Amino acid sequence: MYGKGIIKGLGVTLKRFVDTYLDDIAWWGRRYYNPEGIAHRSSKDARGVFTVQYPEEKLPVPEEFRYVPFLVYDEKPDGKKEIRCTSCGICAKVCPPQCIWIVRTNDPQTGRPVPEPAEFYIDADICMNCGFCAEYCPFDAIIMDHDYEIASYQRNVFNMEKLLKPASYYKSIRPLNYALNEEARKAKEAARAARAEAAGRS
Amino acid sequence: MATLVSEMVDLASRFPGVVSADTRPGYSGWMVNKDNLVEVATALRDEFGFELLSNVCGVDYFPDKMEVVYEAYRTTGGPGLRFKVQVARLDPMEVPSVTPVWPGAEFQEREIWDLYGIRFTNHPDLRRILMWEGFAGHPLRKDWHEPFYEEDNKPLDSRWPRGKYASAEEKNIYKDNLQFPQNFDPQEVRIDGEAPLYDTLQKYTTIDAGIKTDRVIVNMGPQHPSTHGVFRAAVVLDGETIVSLKPVMGYLHRNHEKIGERNTFLQNMPYTDRLDYFNSMSNNWGYSLAVEKLMNIKVPERAEYLRVIMAELSRIQNHLILIGMLLNDLGAFFTPALYAFEERELILDIFEAASGARMMCNYHRFGGVSRDLPAGVLEKIKGLVDERLPRKADEFDRFLSENEVLLARLKGVKVIDADDAVRYSITGPVLRASGVPYDVRRAQPYGIYDRFDFDVALRHNGDLYDNYLIRLDEIRQSIRIVQQAVKQIPEGPINSQKPAYQVRVPAGEAYGRIEAPKGELGFYVVSTGKPNPWRYHVRAPSFVNITALEKMCVGTKIADFVAILGVIDIVLGELDR
Repeated sequence: MYGKGIIKGLGVTLKRFVDTYLDDIAWWGRRYYNPEGIAHRSSKDARGVFTVQYPEEKLPVPEEFRYVPFLVYDEKPDGKKEIRCTSCGICAKVCPPQCIWIVRTNDPQTGRPVPEPAEFYIDADICMNCGFCAEYCPFDAIIMDHDYEIASYQRNVFNMEKLLKPASYYKSIRPLNYALNEEARKAKEAARAARAEAAGRS
Repeated sequence: MATLVSEMVDLASRFPGVVSADTRPGYSGWMVNKDNLVEVATALRDEFGFELLSNVCGVDYFPDKMEVVYEAYRTTGGPGLRFKVQVARLDPMEVPSVTPVWPGAEFQEREIWDLYGIRFTNHPDLRRILMWEGFAGHPLRKDWHEPFYEEDNKPLDSRWPRGKYASAEEKNIYKDNLQFPQNFDPQEVRIDGEAPLYDTLQKYTTIDAGIKTDRVIVNMGPQHPSTHGVFRAAVVLDGETIVSLKPVMGYLHRNHEKIGERNTFLQNMPYTDRLDYFNSMSNNWGYSLAVEKLMNIKVPERAEYLRVIMAELSRIQNHLILIGMLLNDLGAFFTPALYAFEERELILDIFEAASGARMMCNYHRFGGVSRDLPAGVLEKIKGLVDERLPRKADEFDRFLSENEVLLARLKGVKVIDADDAVRYSITGPVLRASGVPYDVRRAQPYGIYDRFDFDVALRHNGDLYDNYLIRLDEIRQSIRIVQQAVKQIPEGPINSQKPAYQVRVPAGEAYGRIEAPKGELGFYVVSTGKPNPWRYHVRAPSFVNITALEKMCVGTKIADFVAILGVIDIVLGELDR
């Protein structure tokens, strides 16, 4: 019978329309603008309309989500910022589009390099968000961010001022990874202390 | 068994003095004397049964030799046969074309001419293909340097330790990425780049009962919604019937392979994501397979399972989008496409949770994968493949497969038959829809595909309708594979290697190939033992499958061209590279 397929097709759309309202009623007012509702709408059980009303609503990002990296500093009790980066250059070397460049610090007296970056740049327009810099950083000093709203009218070359974020921010966006890293750091420090002790004894 | 049969292929004794084994350390295959290439190729196809020429690529062994590498396979499965032709690196370089034996080599040989400057004698239409007519030089040659060239290899000294960098627009007074040949005079530029293209089209005039009729040339694209990107086809029409057609591509060309040769081995991984950007998970796999062959390393069990799960999920979403977009091409404006996007959304959520990105996953590492699945994701995958996706596949089937508009547009419109599909090196669903049960996952299993119970989807008519149905079949088979994989996946390490930002790859060559959703995706990698690959070639299924586009379209209506292009399933990131 001609026309049957078209009626069927219209039926699909109608069903979707009705499903949306049925789901609305089942979730009575909690389907929109609240995290549970958003999670429901992006789960396998979602019926009807799927869309998220960006920017009023935002999809939560998983912990592993990666966007343009930032540099981590530790807040010391005396309020001093201790930058974790030692300007070893691994991130700059592993970066596939080569969008990281680092100016090293030299000791003014001896002229030798000091493990701290003088300047640190990331060209966020070139960055391809691959996450290699964070993955291979031996000091957990560079971490992929979750903040994806960086559109602007000019070229986004991020300097240290823009890149530095506290370790507490890192903890807030990646709690599991942060805990793992802290554990590894503590283990390393303990091992170093044990070694020093052993060296002192002998 | 298959290995034994292949070892019996002894070309050196079949062609004494013409063929010799490639004895360079790390290399394999046969060296063929240039002048006897067509003779050897014919014998390979007719006597030894290597009907499917999968990959043709050039290698520049600067400064003395150029090489053309061929990979041929049997459609009954088993390992392939690699043979090579070497020429002295002196212009003009000439190699006989193998298009009389395997017409599927046409575009790949054009690509080699374009990027290496090796001329193929007896080639039907040797023009540039990715670069434009009038481009100066052949960019994949080792002595060709791009604008703002800094160094042969990354990492670049300017970033570290020098820490000085200026962006391209600061360096060029025209604020543009331009490079002119020496003695370039804009006054003398004559724009005739299109003339060679139009010359190849069959233009003709008929005089019928005193009425003179000219044929019309229509340019479909580059800005045309049905071409799924910036792709163009110059078409000669007789009424609505296609008389002659030439695809034009390269609008998205970025010389991916040159970038790949500048990169270190690891740095190439995220670049492969950008080839077929719907299926970064399978692209990663093809590349890591090639490099793992070179490094001779094993992948732990859990990582193998993760790779299978991700690759099959990516196949499911690719085919869903194909069906949705095919309906879009047929005129059902975006409603079915967006229904297909819903399922894709759920799959991309899984990719995002596992790898950190929805599309540019960058998930594989040499020897495993980058991250394990976070808590709860495996349950999500189970929920999808056990409940939602089978239901949705049935729903698509129920609503679409019997739809009279779909039937009227798709049924009986021939795409390609089995013989031609093999001759034209077509792989993937289009080949299987024409009746050739050739699937790399079965023909030469990689990873752990030999453990799973699944059928190679097969249809026999080779028309558009079969090409549509085979996508549904493949979705169902992929669901089956993921169902088995999530049941069997063991605990354990996800990478056999220590994380290292610089990997050591022994010298040699390797060809890794996988069954990507669009066809056979191959990576030909040559290492010289340095941190960067000497040669990095992508055998892109979109690019090779499009070789037969003219063959498929001639004789059909212009409206069918849109549907045919839709089922070939091209993606421009991979086609243009």
